[in-house]
Amino acid sequence: MSIIVENASKNFGDFVAVDDVSLTVPDGSLTALLGPSGSGKSTLLRIIAGLESPDSGRIMIQGTDATAVPAQKRDVGFVFQHYAAFKHMTVHNNVAFGLRIRKREKAEIDQRVNELLALVHLDGLAERYPSQLSGGQRQRMALARALAVEPKVLLLDEPFGALDAQVRKELRAWLRRLHDEVHVTTIFVTHDQEEAMEVAEQIVVMNTGKVEQTGPPRELYEHPKSEFVMSFVGSVNRLGSLFVRPHDVEILQQPEPGADEAMIEHMVHLGFEVRVELVLAQGESLWAQITQNEAEQLELEKGQIVYVRPSRARVFDREGLSTDGHPTTEELQAA
Amino acid sequence: MPASGRASRWGLRGFALGYLALLLMIPLGMIFYRAFEHIGPAFESITTPDALHAFYLTILVAAIAIPLNTIFGVGCALLLVRTNFRGKALINAIIDLPFAISPVVIGLALLLVYSRTGWFGGWLDDNGFQVAFALPGIVLATIFVTLPFVVREVVPVLHEIGDEQEQAARTLGANWWQTFWRVTLPAIRWGVSYGVVIATARALGEFGAVAVISGRIAGQTQTATIWIAQAFGNFDQPGAYLGAVVLALLAVSILVAMNLFKRKEAT
Repeated sequence: MSIIVENASKNFGDFVAVDDVSLTVPDGSLTALLGPSGSGKSTLLRIIAGLESPDSGRIMIQGTDATAVPAQKRDVGFVFQHYAAFKHMTVHNNVAFGLRIRKREKAEIDQRVNELLALVHLDGLAERYPSQLSGGQRQRMALARALAVEPKVLLLDEPFGALDAQVRKELRAWLRRLHDEVHVTTIFVTHDQEEAMEVAEQIVVMNTGKVEQTGPPRELYEHPKSEFVMSFVGSVNRLGSLFVRPHDVEILQQPEPGADEAMIEHMVHLGFEVRVELVLAQGESLWAQITQNEAEQLELEKGQIVYVRPSRARVFDREGLSTDGHPTTEELQAA
Repeated sequence: MPASGRASRWGLRGFALGYLALLLMIPLGMIFYRAFEHIGPAFESITTPDALHAFYLTILVAAIAIPLNTIFGVGCALLLVRTNFRGKALINAIIDLPFAISPVVIGLALLLVYSRTGWFGGWLDDNGFQVAFALPGIVLATIFVTLPFVVREVVPVLHEIGDEQEQAARTLGANWWQTFWRVTLPAIRWGVSYGVVIATARALGEFGAVAVISGRIAGQTQTATIWIAQAFGNFDQPGAYLGAVVLALLAVSILVAMNLFKRKEAT
């Protein structure tokens, strides 16, 4: 069900963790709270869960004011970065916990637990203890435990943060598919922009306790409203006042209007993609992202002199508002 | 290198064993030996009504004081680790006082408050509740000296397990009490058990504070340790030795029982 946060603020002593944040999470969506550490994203998630109370502001869940409702009555599922598995209970009892608290019939509990364990691919491990599971398995158990009580919303705090790269990748794709099956309104916190872009339908970018921008992944990437969003969501080169994505840097063999002379300092081959690290005559450095084919056609080599031109760039004014589109010649020269 | 490493390892072992032998094993062994040297008179001595009552009283006092301190200890540890309030540092320091103060001083302090002429004792006495020179005084003294054990065992365990499991339980719908019984207590159970074991051993062996507050009335307020001291003073050495052996076996059996229980659960 939909979640609405209205003007929520939270301070820890002198530290402003969440600063007057308003946010709407549509019914059934999968939303990412994205930001660097200390941006307030986890605190905001904990406020929605009722694990922290806001100093001011309101939380609406499913149309009712939940601000004063304690965590245990909010009907939220919460998944912690470090799993928070009940270590003295078997996998079965972990998943059954919420149902036992709700005093459901034993047969019903067993059936529901088995369904959930199948859903998270842990069938057959019901009698194990958390210490006998891998990190990825523990987190899937934690997810099953959270889903068991059929929560109105599912909240995940850096759910894959403690897992290694391979397992992370698998679980991301799996969470995406799981959401298509279960359709519960889900918010997950991450500091990894790739993870947010891959999994979420909507991304909320946070910085220093404030929401910088909200939108679908593509919109954030294509039309960032601020310097911060542009550099946090995707890579960026800064040339004077211009912000240029590495794949928008054109490399030319011959001088052309608007193109600057540059030297190839280094080439990094990442399979399909090639990173070309360049230094401009004025000493500024930037990098271009091109395909292996392009690199071969241009016969690029380390130490070579080439000409570079941004095919698309952005300028942000002092308030951080953006001007979109293709740069004029004057802008390029100014840069 | 390996040869000198082995030599120093054996040296350390030898030192540790020698130290333990001189201070602990040989004196305790001697008590066992002496107790069984004159087992006939010794047995007669520790089966007199006064002696039996003394052992009964020691066990009774432990049976009252330890559960009370366990409840207090767990609650206090939760308060210290899971909450923040003014005066927390003060409470933290006060809990360690019984470690620092001599039991005799504790006994005297209790006497000042709870005896007939004491600050509070007169009023209690007038209302038909005698504390000093009676069971309540002995229980109070035992609670006092065993106060820190459970708290000090449970606090580090609570820190270690963190509060995420408790938060998870709350988001799953558990109230405070359900969270405590189903999540917190099972997670800290070994810390609690260990605290209970050493507190019990300490309670069984308490002498100083109880000696002052109890009045040492034979057959009434005499505990096992006081009976042993008195037997020794009355030249009933075999009785004193056998009494000491019984007391030691009581404490050791609690330790052993706890270990067996722990091993059984671990499998």
